[in-house]
Amino acid sequence: MVSADSLFGPIDPAPDAGYVDAPPRMGFFTDTSVCIGCKACEVACKEWNLVPDHGLDLLGMSYDNTGALTANSWRHVAFIEQPRPLGRQTPALAGTPTGPSGSAHMAEIASTTPGVPDTDPGLPPAPHPEPAGRMAAGPEFLGMPGTDLPGRQGGGERTDLRWLMSSDVCKHCTHAACLDVCPTGSLFRTEFGTVVVQEDICNGCGYCIPACPYGVIDQRKGDGRAWKCTLCYDRIGEGMTPACAQACPTESIQYGVLDELRERAQQRVERLHADGVPEARLYGHDPNDGVGGDGAFFLLLDEPEVYGLPPDPIVTTRDLPDMWRRAGVAALTMAAAVAVAFVGRS
Amino acid sequence: MSDGEEIGARFRRFQERLADGSVGAGGPERPLERGVGTPGLDVPGRDWSPKTQRREPGGGGEGGRRGGGRGRGEREGITVPPVEFSSYYGRPILKAPVWKHDIPAYLFTGGLAAGTSLIAAGADLTGRPALRRAARVTSLAALGASTYFLINDLGRPERFHHMLRVAKLTSPMSVGTWILAMLGPAAGVAAVSEVGPLLPSRGLLGFARRIAPPTGRVAGLAAAALAPALATYTGVLLADTAVPSWHDAYPELPFVFAGSALLSSTGAAMITAPTAETGPVRRLALAGAAIELTASHRIETRLGLTGEPYREGRGGRLLRLSRSLVLAGAAGALLGGRSRLLSVLSGAALVGSAVATRFGVYHAGVDSAKDPKYTVVPQRARLEQAESDTDR
Repeated sequence: MVSADSLFGPIDPAPDAGYVDAPPRMGFFTDTSVCIGCKACEVACKEWNLVPDHGLDLLGMSYDNTGALTANSWRHVAFIEQPRPLGRQTPALAGTPTGPSGSAHMAEIASTTPGVPDTDPGLPPAPHPEPAGRMAAGPEFLGMPGTDLPGRQGGGERTDLRWLMSSDVCKHCTHAACLDVCPTGSLFRTEFGTVVVQEDICNGCGYCIPACPYGVIDQRKGDGRAWKCTLCYDRIGEGMTPACAQACPTESIQYGVLDELRERAQQRVERLHADGVPEARLYGHDPNDGVGGDGAFFLLLDEPEVYGLPPDPIVTTRDLPDMWRRAGVAALTMAAAVAVAFVGRS
Repeated sequence: MSDGEEIGARFRRFQERLADGSVGAGGPERPLERGVGTPGLDVPGRDWSPKTQRREPGGGGEGGRRGGGRGRGEREGITVPPVEFSSYYGRPILKAPVWKHDIPAYLFTGGLAAGTSLIAAGADLTGRPALRRAARVTSLAALGASTYFLINDLGRPERFHHMLRVAKLTSPMSVGTWILAMLGPAAGVAAVSEVGPLLPSRGLLGFARRIAPPTGRVAGLAAAALAPALATYTGVLLADTAVPSWHDAYPELPFVFAGSALLSSTGAAMITAPTAETGPVRRLALAGAAIELTASHRIETRLGLTGEPYREGRGGRLLRLSRSLVLAGAAGALLGGRSRLLSVLSGAALVGSAVATRFGVYHAGVDSAKDPKYTVVPQRARLEQAESDTDR
């Protein structure tokens, strides 16, 4: 039975869901500082899970032609070009007289490129272009970004460039809103603490889609059901590594026991700080955060929203007991209003 | 590929817009007001560390986040929102609801069914047969429409019965399914019992005729007992999502929907029942107007940034229309009680206001999910608030 404790705070999700002698919680640690943007994870995921293709075109969002996590893309590699150096990296481009590495303008143009319309809501356009420009410049960047392709405008020096890449995935939250609001029991908690959709049960009610604080789960058009990463439930049950982690050539995607991954991530971020990358930070690792910690967490080199991640997500069901209380008071108010109206003078 | 577009067409359009030097695909072309120049990169002594750190585990911040008092403070803290924020290519962070217009339409018909069930029970117990009959029939029709809308909205309508596999308190949709599944048959029996007087007085049908009124009363009272839950759970249904404007409005949404359900059902009763029996209904309309207007006013004023979609855009327009119709309908209910024509007109205004409210609240939420501003800015403000709290 659900207690208020099951809705918020640090817990171990599999025993909380009723598993006896559950195996240790498994998860992903995605270290974006070593991601090279090869998209092997996207391809391996599609191959293994038989996820439909999403077309062949370019979005203009750097090398990102996937755009977002959708029902048809369960891994999504984000690419962000920023005119600043990475750590103590030797400047490769700075000083080259070929004009500024203007990318804020390009990001703003790219913010409205339409996505492939085979999932819903899939990849909608940006309502305003300015946040895209600030993403490319970095949220703290106060200088004037360039307005043209590198080399098109003469004069000026080419600025340095850092290229952020990050393979995004379902977070397999400790407190998963998608799972809690699912009215059919299609979404369930596995013995590994992950969250999986049973496609033979899902009736496409769509409730999980706005419930997800990360905007992960999505509806496949024509099919009508909701789809997302399963953390390769069929593979990990056999002791295998999920397809994306198996394919990752740099171990940017690491799969393992979540507690061990958290330790490893802590060491990695300390190492990066010592190596002169103070902007390195962990995201989703903290069991005391708004979703009780993510089963898939990240090492990022900029603010989460630059990568399309919410800066401080809180699972909506934290407030559910209070919501039911308010609804109860409203229901009593309504009943009382009817009673008074009929009992009063006639 | 499902869109059937030529490969590369999307990228060619991107290049054209890039060459054009303007931003925005469909809207008015807006030239970029940016100078050409080398970005001033080397900000001396710049702090590269993350702007905001997470709260320390187990610290005062965590406990405070759960408390109601602190929650209110958070919201007030963002009434003056910072305009600068970034987002991955400006795209939305959340996935907006994929529900079609069936869902706001269901919000209306569900409220109508709930309100008319209550009115029918009141009319039954206070001896107003014409009002009772009209309300019972309206309730059954609204429940039929609700069921249609809910099933039609599913991605896999033929699997609607999968809703009945489980009963989950954490899923307002599951709770609503079970409320409907219990209320539907009760309201159905109550409505069918109204054919009793039309049956012959002898034989088996005569027996049915005799038991129709008591059966109808029991069923009608059962339906009325569940009706307030049907009218208000929909507030939780919308609020229990990550949609910023819905979630932040969770204390008020059930009251908005309770008020709106009273308005639509009293409006329907004023249209369908004779004026001699609608005295209580007109009083109830005023109560509904008071509840709805108070709660929606609180949403628009208390919420800060996430209240914006209730004041602007599609949501704002519909809610303003709703408010005008409520005031017109309530005035008609107050003053024109004995006139059949005025009753019908003010009833129609009340029904219309409920439709506008449901669609307005729905669109406000969808719009708040589509703009990353409503996701990023309040969360940033919350992090900064938490950080300044731990510094103190």
